[in-house]
Amino acid sequence: MTTYRFTCIVCPLGCAIEVEMENGKVKEVKGHTCPRGREWAIQEVTNPRRVVMSVVPVEGGALPTVSVKTAEPVPKGKIPELMEFLAKLKLKAPVKVGETVAEWEGVRIVATRGA
Amino acid sequence: MEPFSQIPMLSYDVVVIGGGPAGMAAAIRAKELGLKVLLLDDNDYLGGILPQCIHPGFGLHYYKEELTGPEFAARLAKKLVELGVEYRTAARVLEIKNYSDLEKVVIFTSPSGVYQVWAKAIIYAAGARERHAFEIGITGDRVAGIYTAGEAQTLMDIYGILPGREVVIVGSGDVGLIMARRFALEGAKVKAVVELMPYPGGLARNVMILRDFDIPLYLSHKVVEARGKGRVEKVKVVKVDENFKEIPGSEFWISCDTLVISAGLIPSVKKLEAIGVEIDPVTGGPVVNDRLETSVPGIFVAGNSLLINDLVDYVAEQGELAAEGAKEFIEKGGIESRKWIKVEKGENVRLLVPHYLSGDRDVYLYLRVARPMEDVELRIPEIDKKMKLPVVKPAEMLRVKLRAEEIKNAEKLTVEVVKV
Repeated sequence: MTTYRFTCIVCPLGCAIEVEMENGKVKEVKGHTCPRGREWAIQEVTNPRRVVMSVVPVEGGALPTVSVKTAEPVPKGKIPELMEFLAKLKLKAPVKVGETVAEWEGVRIVATRGA
Repeated sequence: MEPFSQIPMLSYDVVVIGGGPAGMAAAIRAKELGLKVLLLDDNDYLGGILPQCIHPGFGLHYYKEELTGPEFAARLAKKLVELGVEYRTAARVLEIKNYSDLEKVVIFTSPSGVYQVWAKAIIYAAGARERHAFEIGITGDRVAGIYTAGEAQTLMDIYGILPGREVVIVGSGDVGLIMARRFALEGAKVKAVVELMPYPGGLARNVMILRDFDIPLYLSHKVVEARGKGRVEKVKVVKVDENFKEIPGSEFWISCDTLVISAGLIPSVKKLEAIGVEIDPVTGGPVVNDRLETSVPGIFVAGNSLLINDLVDYVAEQGELAAEGAKEFIEKGGIESRKWIKVEKGENVRLLVPHYLSGDRDVYLYLRVARPMEDVELRIPEIDKKMKLPVVKPAEMLRVKLRAEEIKNAEKLTVEVVKV
């Protein structure tokens, strides 16, 4: 059995949550004070995901880069792969805020700063 | 007063100094209220620090959705342009002169020369500056490779330049942690985050970054020395006791090529001090009334020049409030009140703004506690107000709404945060 400990980030309360796992399955969740905290903690243990932000070079803009984010959270373990992909991108102005500038494994990469 | 005859003269109702979220929100509101407004910013682009804050977490209160910094800035800038607010970038304010209540001058340089702007009111929203290495007692060689968190962020997230490959970060506040993630994402090795306090300074969601990227956190430690030839090569770290005294014999060295300082912000108020604006030694910003007017009539302040905020939402809100104050000031020739209710800091309240309330309008109090506590009540005994709070932390600013009818009969108010 493995115990994972987190400070919950769902709200500012910051509950100390413990998730007990056995044979890859959630056995018990302790310390949460709401169902959202429980759900989040289980997700953190079984399939943690993150929205990823970075910058991508752009030609012909006022600034040399545009900032981007993934349109949805991506599996934490795949973030290095995504960063490799983003490192190879090169954009040309004009780029609008909210524009999809690329797609990676079905996830849209969206500009958050225009050029 | 005679204008400076050789300097081209402009004339406006209100000049807003600073084009970040506070200044843009102020200029937008001033324009909406029918004032002739000019916004000045010394940077080449509007937005202040927002365009480089590419992480999410902005706008949940102000726009009711979660945005990144650049997206928040873009929304304000779009509205500013749509309303036809006049603004100048690359415009650096040299001096503010306060000749009389409705006669103020702002002198600024710009690519097209030096100008003087005459205005009836000024909204000062010039933000804050970062504390640097020498201010937190880091000695050693004069080496390259030492950046404030904001400098590193500008290099990476505006200009696309990675400042270094092996990084030590001083300070575990949100900015330090967010920069730790940016360095780690871009393939740099973050060798340590060093925090003076016995607990991390940032929000829980940002402290998670350390686990996500396996970054060691040294609590109750400080960086005391940076050494290298030309560029930083190593830093000396030492453990401190509960009184922040260095523990002899606990020193160790970490090799690195980059040291990032994230040790807090200080309101930039030098130009206000020069005209006699009274400063609160704890916030580092001006003493203000509930229109965010400083001790010099007609000089208003908003955003991180007023006090260091955690949320841009509150910064924009302060900008709007300052603009409403400027409108009232210009129309009536001053901000008048039957009386000024002084707001005092009680138990576990470290700082608090505004300092004086008129009692004739609803107001938000912004405050920070001195130390973390659980299961507490925020109390204002004079008006019998009580608010339950499950957790309070110095890192999280509290914002409390007081209605005019609650406070109008009070002589003074004392705000305290106490155990239930």
